[in-house]
Amino acid sequence: MRVDLEVNGVRRSLDGVREGESLLHLLRERVGLPGSKNACEQGECGSCTVYLDETAVCACLVAAGQAQDSRVVTVEGLADGAELHPVQRAFVEAGAVQCGFCTPGLVVTVHDLLARTSDPGEAEIREALAGNLCRCTGYEKIFDAVRLAAGEAR
Amino acid sequence: MTGFHTAADLRHACELKAAHPDATLIAGGTDVMVGLNFGHTSPAALLDVSRVPELREWSREDDTIVLGAGVPYTRIVDELGGALPGLARAARTIGSAQIRNRATVGGNLGTASPAGDALPPLLAARASIELASLRGTRRVPARDFFLGPGRSVLADDEIVAAVRIPVAAGAEQFAKLGPRNAMVIAVASVAVTLDPPRRRVGCAVGSAAPTPVVAGDAETFAGAELDWDGRRELPASVTARFAELAAAATAPIDDVRGTAGYRRHAVAVLARRTLTWAWQEYRRS
Ligand SMILES: Cc1cc2nc3c(=O)[nH]c(=O)nc-3n(C[C@H](O)[C@H](O)[C@H](O)COP(=O)(O)OP(=O)(O)OC[C@H]3O[C@@H](n4cnc5c(N)ncnc54)[C@H](O)[C@@H]3O)c2cc1C
Ligand code: FES
Ligand code: FES
Repeated sequence: MRVDLEVNGVRRSLDGVREGESLLHLLRERVGLPGSKNACEQGECGSCTVYLDETAVCACLVAAGQAQDSRVVTVEGLADGAELHPVQRAFVEAGAVQCGFCTPGLVVTVHDLLARTSDPGEAEIREALAGNLCRCTGYEKIFDAVRLAAGEAR
Repeated sequence: MTGFHTAADLRHACELKAAHPDATLIAGGTDVMVGLNFGHTSPAALLDVSRVPELREWSREDDTIVLGAGVPYTRIVDELGGALPGLARAARTIGSAQIRNRATVGGNLGTASPAGDALPPLLAARASIELASLRGTRRVPARDFFLGPGRSVLADDEIVAAVRIPVAAGAEQFAKLGPRNAMVIAVASVAVTLDPPRRRVGCAVGSAAPTPVVAGDAETFAGAELDWDGRRELPASVTARFAELAAAATAPIDDVRGTAGYRRHAVAVLARRTLTWAWQEYRRS
């Protein structure tokens, strides 16, 4: 089947999409945007987090056909050209990246959190990030990055 | 799989379901896509109801909230915490932010897992489920909806259109036990509602029987024993008996998340806590 949607501001028409295919597969394999990671395909790890019509979702749990005519923003769409988004910069500065596999999903999740609340409390940060797993950092540096990005946004 | 159908509105969804009874409805996709990604299920077709406007709205009719089956949990938490505190509390424990942004009560009912966290609050509150098809609309009490794990009275041509839930008449509580504070399938869960005008208690248990179950004896006992007028502190004997009756309503199994004995104990503890919290809230109100 055919799916038409907008990804990071660019209109796309994709043919030959399988009926049961996920939005994550479509983004990575058909649009060629490998930023969103495929780690669990069951909504557990959050490494595939993208915006679907302004809502942060696990792309692995959206059927590609459900994204017909929608606007998708992936981690690749957050930077302004070569200029990293403040959330991305905060991850670098705080040392919140080790292997980096979880980073794209976390960046989108934190971007979404800070878009909704400029000054999140500890509990709020933990609740917002509960769906993103990181096997490397132990999370403390990630929380530092969130606080850094929040401070900068204020 | 050979088909992907997108429903534009509820009527269209019913037409599509009637024409393709073997198509799998997909709303938030948080259960359906896991099955597809892992090849556990191979439905003939998908029928997308995630954009059906009637399913994505809620409204208030007198003392009832008519909750469209496709309203995601995030909105239930944000918009219905006042009218439906029990359901909103349960919704807040479901999955992660990303899951709650997509997942729906209609999907929880469709999956009909005994561990569905939205289900005990619906049973406790004596909600009813509105089922739509080309044949018409019928209402089924939530307490009569489930037949077994993954099985309900939903017919092949039917869609859950809405859930009709009484606006809370008093305190409502929900508690769920699991190994982590987020992203867990409940080992056991309990929902309790107080209805002081009717002197009635609602109590339902999740993850401790083939379906979510009503603890009817616990409800009757508490309704009669609670000091509705004096609002005196709950005697330990009442909470203990309530907990015992709630646990007796279950028929748990041993599985990877816990043994039957542990579950029965957990249900008793959660029942005692939820009743105590609800009663404290009532006394303060
Ligand atoms: C990582 C993760 C964590 C989770 N955590 C929890 C949790 O903590 N608690 C919990 O209860 N669940 C949890 N779930 C399971 C799931 O999110 C819920 O069951 C959710 O309510 C399903 O809603 P959905 O809209 O995504 O359903 P879908 O996946 O779209 O559909 C689920 C089923 O319902 C049917 N269906 C959907 N809409 C309708 C309708 N309107 N009428 C009739 N049938 C319909 C579908 O055909 C399918 O059989 C989790 C899932 C994941 C992936
Ligand atoms: S790949 Fe989507 S949540 Fe893990
Ligand atoms: S940095 Fe390796 S998983 Fe998070």
